Amino acid sequence: MFNGYVITIAVFVGIWVSLALSLNILVGYAGQISLGHAAFFGIGAYTSAVMTVRYGQSFWAGLLAAILITGIVGAILGLPSLRVRHDFLVLATMGVNFVVVAVFKYVDFFGGAMGIVNLPAPSLFGVSFRGGALYMALVWLYAGFVLLISWYLSKTWAGLALNTVRIDEDAAAAVGVSVPRFKIYAFAISAALAGGAGSFYAHFIGSVFPDTFAFVESIAILSMVIIGGVGTLRGPIFGAILLKSAPEFLRFAQDYRFTIYGALLVLMMLFQPSGLLGDDSWLWTLGKRIFRRPAASMQAEEAS
Amino acid sequence: MTELRVEHVSKRFGGLQALQDVSLQTEGEILGLIGPNGAGKTTLFNIISGFLPPTSGTITYDGRALHKQHPHQIVRLGIARTFQIIKPFGDLSVLENVLSGIGMPVYPSARALFQRYRTSATLKQAHAILAQTDLQDWAQAPAANLPIGLQRRLEIARALATRPHLLLLDEPAAGLTTHEAEDLALLIRSLHAQGIDIIVIEHNMSFAMNLCERIVVLAQGQIIANDTPAVIQQDERVINAYLGQEEADVAHS
Ligand SMILES: Nc1ncnc2c1ncn2[C@@H]1O[C@H](COP(=O)(O)OP(=O)(O)OP(=O)(O)O)[C@@H](O)[C@H]1O
Ligand SMILES: [Mg+2]
Repeated sequence: MFNGYVITIAVFVGIWVSLALSLNILVGYAGQISLGHAAFFGIGAYTSAVMTVRYGQSFWAGLLAAILITGIVGAILGLPSLRVRHDFLVLATMGVNFVVVAVFKYVDFFGGAMGIVNLPAPSLFGVSFRGGALYMALVWLYAGFVLLISWYLSKTWAGLALNTVRIDEDAAAAVGVSVPRFKIYAFAISAALAGGAGSFYAHFIGSVFPDTFAFVESIAILSMVIIGGVGTLRGPIFGAILLKSAPEFLRFAQDYRFTIYGALLVLMMLFQPSGLLGDDSWLWTLGKRIFRRPAASMQAEEAS
Repeated sequence: MTELRVEHVSKRFGGLQALQDVSLQTEGEILGLIGPNGAGKTTLFNIISGFLPPTSGTITYDGRALHKQHPHQIVRLGIARTFQIIKPFGDLSVLENVLSGIGMPVYPSARALFQRYRTSATLKQAHAILAQTDLQDWAQAPAANLPIGLQRRLEIARALATRPHLLLLDEPAAGLTTHEAEDLALLIRSLHAQGIDIIVIEHNMSFAMNLCERIVVLAQGQIIANDTPAVIQQDERVINAYLGQEEADVAHS
């Protein structure tokens, strides 16, 4: 049923759904615009590559390390966000992305421009997951995990606190929310989940190279979140599916995809800042009307 | 008794002396803070609640120094505030705005990451506060959709949700109709009757005179009077300060 090509696309889409959802915690929940998310994606990928190739650990250990270490690095890299204003944060996170890629590129331990190759595929009880439907299932299981965390977080006190931080930092402080603490939480959780996605990516491709995690990828991920609908759960999922799979069907668009993402991003910011599926977007409103109408008219009939 | 002591507080913004050697202390009453525009009233609230550091001077509450603490720590000590330029969490519902204050004790702990904020206990507390502030009909509405007078009331409700012992209200009656202002005065009195100390900044003289047991008058950063409303009303310097203001207003227009 699943040929190799479809599985490859499905794996990529699953990984980018995880990335978009993870960035959404930072941007949509905490209101901290980041143009450096690919750095966390990369740190996860490299952590897993180093753990497995350099230290001979299993995929599972690599995945766990990727999540933990990227989370810790995310918390540390989030520290500048406490000092800078919003517009400056965009630049700061961009800078972080460039530095991280440079470290991968110029530090021998990370393999330089040649990257790290021959990553093992995950296996469980002697069954290898490489390239198969099993790997795809695993990736989507992870995407589901990221979704679950995102959803649960929004129900916790921390989720409410992140909302207050996004809307008004002074008012947040006035109800007892430590703004720095919750920003760091958001950075750490967002980064950790992106790190896990990096691990899945690395072991699917079997190698890691610095340029995969360049700044343009950060723009791509942010585009998915914003085009889909920042702050919601459906939005980033939809945005990632749309933007990651469309170029596969429109092959001619492949070479220009970053340009297209960028152009779409600007258009959305101008005309539909809440995203295609944001709460007050025309598409979402239309959808709600179509699906509500039958129910509403049935009630009307019962009443008459 | 928990008392707030402001001692010799001065605040300078560049070349502007916004507060000059201000000292006052609460005595469990409804304390009014009045004064012309730019007198430094909001600045004093900002300093007490930790949003601004004083240039010099000390503030203690219940014997604890406040002037080196952050706003989120000061609210934990039992001092809550509202903002003159209201700051509701506009896209959150009125109920969630109140819940945000109820979370105050949880935020510093790691429990915040695991505990859900809508439980029967927290909802019960939130609805009690909404009932007390007469906002229950608006519970599910986004705060931004409320009329401005109710948004001001929501500021108070959200501050109350942190269970303060001292409540700093910055012009809560601004923009209210006479009728709404009367309701507000009733609310403030009932909060005081519950044991919450109150400092209220007010421009509306008759509102302040009726509500407050004592009034502190600030003019150009200095306290020029601190007495009962009856005495304040007769005070030369207070009358002059306000007349000066009116003359300045006329000159401006
Ligand atoms: N953060 C700030 N930076 C610079 N100047 C400030 C700052 N906050 C207040 N000021 C100035 O300090 C003075 C006192 O302002 P403040 O807001 O405390 O007055 P107020 O008594 O609350 O007046 P109003 O009745 O108009 O609210 C004003 O001249 C104001 O412009
Ligand atoms: Mg003021």
